[in-house]
Amino acid sequence: MSARTSVTRREFLRSAGEVGGALVIAFHLPPREASAAVQAGTALAPNAWLRVASDGTVTLTLDRSELGQGTHTALAMVVAEELEADLSKVRIGPMPENPAAWSRGMTTGGSTGVYTSYDILRKAGATGRAMLTAAAAATWRVDPSACRAERGVVIHTPSRRRLAYGALVARASALPVPSDPPLKNPRDFRLIGTRQHRLEAPSKVDGSAVFGMDVKVPGMLIASIEHCPVFGGSLVRFNAERARAMPGVRQVMALDGIPWKGSGGAWGVGRTPGIAVVAESYWQARQARAALDVEWDAGANGSLDSDGIRAELVRLSTGPSVRVRTVGDPSAAYGSAPRHLDAEYETPFIAHVPMEPMNCTAHVRADEADVWAPTQNQTRAQQVAAEAAGLPVERVHLHTTYSGGAFGRRLESDFVAEAVALSKAVGAPVKVVWTREDDIRHDFYRPATWNRLSASLDAAGRPVAWTHQIVAPSIDLKFGPLQNGVDESLLTGAMELPYAIPNVSLDLVAVDLPVPLGYWRSVGLTHNTFVTECFFDEVAAAAGQDPFELRRSLLADKPRHLRVLELAASRAGWGSPLPAGHARGIAVCRWDPTTCAEVAEVSVAADGAVKVHRVVCAIDCGQAVNLAGLEAQVQGGILYGLQAALYGRITLRGGRVEQGNFHDYRVLQMADAPVVEVYVVPSSDRQGGIGEPPVGPIAPAVCNAIFAATGRRIRSLPIVAAAP
Amino acid sequence: MDPIRLTVNGAVTTVTVAPDTPLLWVLRETLGLTGTKFGCGIGMCGTCTVLLDGEAVRTCMLPVAAAANHRVTTIEGLSRERSHPVQRAWIEEDVPQCGYCQSGQILAAVALLARHPHPTDAQIDEGMTNLCTCGTYQRIRAAIHRAAQGGAR
Repeated sequence: MSARTSVTRREFLRSAGEVGGALVIAFHLPPREASAAVQAGTALAPNAWLRVASDGTVTLTLDRSELGQGTHTALAMVVAEELEADLSKVRIGPMPENPAAWSRGMTTGGSTGVYTSYDILRKAGATGRAMLTAAAAATWRVDPSACRAERGVVIHTPSRRRLAYGALVARASALPVPSDPPLKNPRDFRLIGTRQHRLEAPSKVDGSAVFGMDVKVPGMLIASIEHCPVFGGSLVRFNAERARAMPGVRQVMALDGIPWKGSGGAWGVGRTPGIAVVAESYWQARQARAALDVEWDAGANGSLDSDGIRAELVRLSTGPSVRVRTVGDPSAAYGSAPRHLDAEYETPFIAHVPMEPMNCTAHVRADEADVWAPTQNQTRAQQVAAEAAGLPVERVHLHTTYSGGAFGRRLESDFVAEAVALSKAVGAPVKVVWTREDDIRHDFYRPATWNRLSASLDAAGRPVAWTHQIVAPSIDLKFGPLQNGVDESLLTGAMELPYAIPNVSLDLVAVDLPVPLGYWRSVGLTHNTFVTECFFDEVAAAAGQDPFELRRSLLADKPRHLRVLELAASRAGWGSPLPAGHARGIAVCRWDPTTCAEVAEVSVAADGAVKVHRVVCAIDCGQAVNLAGLEAQVQGGILYGLQAALYGRITLRGGRVEQGNFHDYRVLQMADAPVVEVYVVPSSDRQGGIGEPPVGPIAPAVCNAIFAATGRRIRSLPIVAAAP
Repeated sequence: MDPIRLTVNGAVTTVTVAPDTPLLWVLRETLGLTGTKFGCGIGMCGTCTVLLDGEAVRTCMLPVAAAANHRVTTIEGLSRERSHPVQRAWIEEDVPQCGYCQSGQILAAVALLARHPHPTDAQIDEGMTNLCTCGTYQRIRAAIHRAAQGGAR
């Protein structure tokens, strides 16, 4: 996204109004220029800002959603570290309402939330600290170098005089802005790299945190939408006579579909056609929805089913592929090697299932609109809302709420398009509330994949060739036709095969299917790490080698992989005796640049029931910020991946999803959850994210442990194929 | 529709809604107590858990009429200033991630601790069946043990 220098009048006034009596430091994300302090009345174009108020409260305005991943707390720690603020006085302000005026795309995904803001927030904090220190020095008429800042106070070291930040903001805001304030030496960090409580936790234990579902607007109506059950289907007719006569019902109307496949780089909307019932309360809307009489035309996809899709992927595997990676000459190596392994692996469609069903509240007026959304993609949500409202994009004020989980589902804006269209049609604020069935049947799924692999071993049992072909429906059609048949989102985790194997190839067949697809926490890494790390285990078994030792020997030139692999193995006691019936499996991955290794300890009962007892994870993400938040993210990522590996499967019949709620789309419960131990490699390597990497290794670690326990290879997920 | 008399968080209130309206939606929409959440609508996920005479119940399928003559406690009424030992333990153990399921988890834990003041892990497995897709179970378990020990760990 291009940098913009103009702001709307509305933002200017609001920002200027906030400045009085406070030190405000504006900066741009990403940085366009040296950070600049902005005083009232001067050119004010902040894209993000840090405000120190006269009561000492520090308010940080950020462009990243808090979805449960802890980014807000980590970023507050970064600022507080350099500002020398008291962390308990740091608040995260509302996200800016006009993403179109932002200097970068306002999305929260890809595990980028912390590291993409780390340097600029450090600099912003350091700028504030330098100015507050200079203000204190000026007050005391001493040399600033004789002063230091500490937890929200400036101290004159020789005389031990103290002034709190709040008392200094007026003087500080009149000072020139230092162009290059010194950053702390990481050795002196007192917050970064420690365990800190999540800032918003209090509001999440007393019910006061406001999620999208909890938004209240005066005069608001509630909508429940009967969606077309068949992907790509359309409305034939509907009769709402009974529904309209029910208590509280204000309006029943059809909503057109908008394709999930985009064009020209624009992110497809994917609004399913539906009949919306708008009523005074949710239960009234829901009851009236059940009274609708609707006839749908299934169209071309009426016979689409999971078996047929699988057969199509298998069929396409024998057709043309796109070669996306070549090392050496795998064909020649295959021909000359004495031993070969071949395997086919497959993964199913799966859903995101965040605990908060999709919802959005919109209030469209003649010349502007307000939208309240639990979104991780403000930029696209605002655009989609503007299109649906027929307004210029900057006239849509986008209010970001907490999200009750997201995992990639809230990158989509289909639910925003619904709320805006309905509010515009009824002329009142409308909250759209999905049911769980709506959520599971109208998700943007992780693609099903079919994989063919081969490996060749030399006479000494060393792998000398590795080939991998991925056949899968394409996610990135959501932006328009693929370039050269390549969908990189399907390749993550397979392109990075880290092992020192001299001959490697990777082929892709990206298929156009009508099933809506989307980014699911860690995207390609989840299915590709399962496939490659399980097959690598097969190679180790065929070579008669320990799977940890073989990995280790082929990662000798990958120190960052090696560090996590060795730490996980060591903490898990790799090779040490286990209770009878227990076995371990290991897997490693990279989500650039973070590396992550996991060892799963598993038992398999006589009836085949799989129990995961313990998972040991080692991660190297460079400089970690909040160790408590990191540990939570790693535990959560592992459980999210484990849930999918054990149970996750969306199946289609007649062009519609067969599952609908937690009784037939099983998720992990307390009793199923293993103990997860998290070890962080102390690292000054390039900083990376932590939300997604831990999802990758869990499925292969568990499947490799099942092999170690039973001799049975799992080449098709989920592990527990039958519904509970 | 006849008015229905409810006792919610110690206060007596009267609502006029269809008697088959689930208690969840009366709490959220009629009474504005949005700390109780909607997650599945079939009583499986537990985000809609409240205490009914001290027992954890799921309210997304419970007709409001069935709650008349019972004491309803929602997350908003559990304590003042988050002072309940379970809430304090939840903060100490940093349980919430997205937080959406946590009102229900906390109330389920309160009910569990009323039945088993010092629950074993097996009792926690059996008693805590609310779902969390962020994966906070390990910390929920730790927080329950902490609360059982009066805040110590």
